[in-house]
Amino acid sequence: MRFLNLFRTTAFRLALVYLLLFAASAFALIAFIYWNTAGFMAAQTDETINAEILGLQEQYGQSGLPGLRQIIIERSSGGGSGLYILASSDFTRLAGNLSSWPDVPVADGDWVYFTYDRTSFGETERRSARARHFVLRGGFHLLVGRDVHERREIEGRIESALFWSAVITVGLGLIGGLAMSRNVTRRLDVINRTSRDIMGGDLARRMPLSGADDEFDELSDNLNGMLDQIERLMGGMTEVADNIAHDLRTPLNRLRSRLEVTLMKPATEQEYREALEGAITEADGLIATFNSLLLIARAETGEARENFEPLDLRVVVNDVAELYEPLAEAKRMTLKVAAPRPAEINGDRGLISQALANLIDNAIKYTPEGGAVTVSLKVAGEEAVLEVRDTGLGIPEAERDHVLRRFVRLEASRNEPGSGLGLSMVAAVGRLHDAEFSLGDAKPGLVATLRFKLKD
Amino acid sequence: MRLLIVEDDRDAAAYLVKGLKESGHVVDHARDGVEGLALARAQTYDVAIVDRMLPRLDGLNLVQKMREEGNQVPVLFLSALGEIDDRVKGLKAGGDDYLPKPYAFVELLARVDALVRRRQPEQVQTKLVVGDLELDLLSRSASRGGQAIDLQPREFLLLEYLMRHAGQVVTRTMLLENVWDYHFDPQTNVIDVHISRLRAKIDKGFSDALLHTVRGAGYCLRAVS
Ligand SMILES: Nc1ncnc2c1ncn2[C@@H]1O[C@H](COP(=O)(O)OP(=O)(O)OP(=O)(O)O)[C@@H](O)[C@H]1O
Ligand SMILES: [Mg+2]
Repeated sequence: MRFLNLFRTTAFRLALVYLLLFAASAFALIAFIYWNTAGFMAAQTDETINAEILGLQEQYGQSGLPGLRQIIIERSSGGGSGLYILASSDFTRLAGNLSSWPDVPVADGDWVYFTYDRTSFGETERRSARARHFVLRGGFHLLVGRDVHERREIEGRIESALFWSAVITVGLGLIGGLAMSRNVTRRLDVINRTSRDIMGGDLARRMPLSGADDEFDELSDNLNGMLDQIERLMGGMTEVADNIAHDLRTPLNRLRSRLEVTLMKPATEQEYREALEGAITEADGLIATFNSLLLIARAETGEARENFEPLDLRVVVNDVAELYEPLAEAKRMTLKVAAPRPAEINGDRGLISQALANLIDNAIKYTPEGGAVTVSLKVAGEEAVLEVRDTGLGIPEAERDHVLRRFVRLEASRNEPGSGLGLSMVAAVGRLHDAEFSLGDAKPGLVATLRFKLKD
Repeated sequence: MRLLIVEDDRDAAAYLVKGLKESGHVVDHARDGVEGLALARAQTYDVAIVDRMLPRLDGLNLVQKMREEGNQVPVLFLSALGEIDDRVKGLKAGGDDYLPKPYAFVELLARVDALVRRRQPEQVQTKLVVGDLELDLLSRSASRGGQAIDLQPREFLLLEYLMRHAGQVVTRTMLLENVWDYHFDPQTNVIDVHISRLRAKIDKGFSDALLHTVRGAGYCLRAVS
């Protein structure tokens, strides 16, 4: 059963096609050699016989039967390789070195193969010969030939060599094809089996690598990368679901109890109005949180890459900084921009603008009055380095990874408004753009850095 | 103003109709795309408010059909799909504005007013005037009561937008979209500070203010009548 399956694999079929092509060309080559050696020898024999017949015919024309007979007797006893027999119209032997007219049907001018007995050193041997028959004037038959025993033997050997080489080629090819497809099938089997295991729920499984660093390893490696990505996305989704459960319950609960408490006892119109307005504010906050979560999730899937276009980061930086500058001024802070050079990247203008807006918003929000915020854009090698620096409280080193998570807000900043999603969004936008996002110490204050890859 | 609402959600449509009627509009309501198309063929409207997802005939297809038939009514798309892609698709299909759900009613109202205004044939203007405030679009200069006002380029755009919509409520989101071309909500209301800066330039030293804050909605540039 396994064996039969093997025959159906693509690898085996490919091997078979290859084998057929290879066998055909090998066969053509050998046939060519065959015709060029054996064929050449045969043609030479025939030519000699023809020439001799021509000579004998001439002799017959000049000196008649006796002359011809004389020559044949001479040539027959000469010990050469020629075979001769001259016979009367009823095939009775008249002269020649063949003991009798060979037992083959002949007509005038025919070429024949026949066998004859040769006696040398007392031993009689059956040998093959080739000859041409001729009917002379007066009804006499003349047969002139050559012993081609050796030649026929060589031909026979070449033929059998041809046959066996064909058999061996096909046999080896079949075995090779089977071995090859067995090998390929085994590697694919491993991948298929692992895939089935993963589909069956063993999500942590990965394709084993053979270490041969070949195309199968590459395939496995790519599949593993894909699985990792899927796992990450799934992890992200679970996290979003958890966050929604934990962090949206609180404002929803607040909203609900506010309305409930208002209804508990009769209230003035003013009180109702206030309660409703409060509810609207609460709902707006929830909507904003939802939008932020959705945006983060969308950036995380990488789907937004479809909207990427070439853009100049310097323009983005100047625009966003301009949007926030009055806000800084209102807090008696300075917002400086240092973006001396253009920096072309591929990206989503809206998302990058929003990420930068989040960083500048934080910088202004978490820096006391009189502080300074600097937005700088530098081109370093293949990178565009975007930095937002402030002179505020900064974030302790131990918290820098933590604050990138959704809904995380530090104790020190509880009295500022916010939902704790700003930095998560920056991190997601960074990942979407393959840009490294890091937080550092600006001594004093925070420095947030995004390193984009320049467009090539 | 006569408005067409094509919205399949019964409650949402009821609130919408009630709100728009109370704001002084005449409102027709269609429950699906086919009904909406029939109404749009039978009546001339000032603005059509169309939900993206409709039974029988999808919102995008509805507007496409209306445009093919030469109906130029300004269309405001409503959609639960608030993604950038969908906004682009909506505008491509012939929509004039796009409002993701959930939206604030004042936002919808302000946008409808802006669309009505847009519909009026707009001759090429070189000068905008509101009261004694003048904006010269050619020399890109502003003055009030003959006194020149020095404006930054963005302030100029902001004032231009406000003046083009003089007498109407303009929301922060509308300003952010039309003046800055941003389609996100900044956590802090940065627009407010820009407005107060502009206000300092055009209203300071004058007894009658032109730039008003509309509580819970946005701003309105209006001359004292
Ligand atoms: N520039 C900064 N200086 C000091 N602390 C910061 C700074 N930026 C962020 N943080 C800290 O990191 C926390 C997370 O920031 P993030 O921007 O994610 O949320 P948020 O600002 O609290 O709310 P949101 O941005 O959603 O309105 C903040 O609550 C604050 O404690
Ligand atoms: Mg923030």
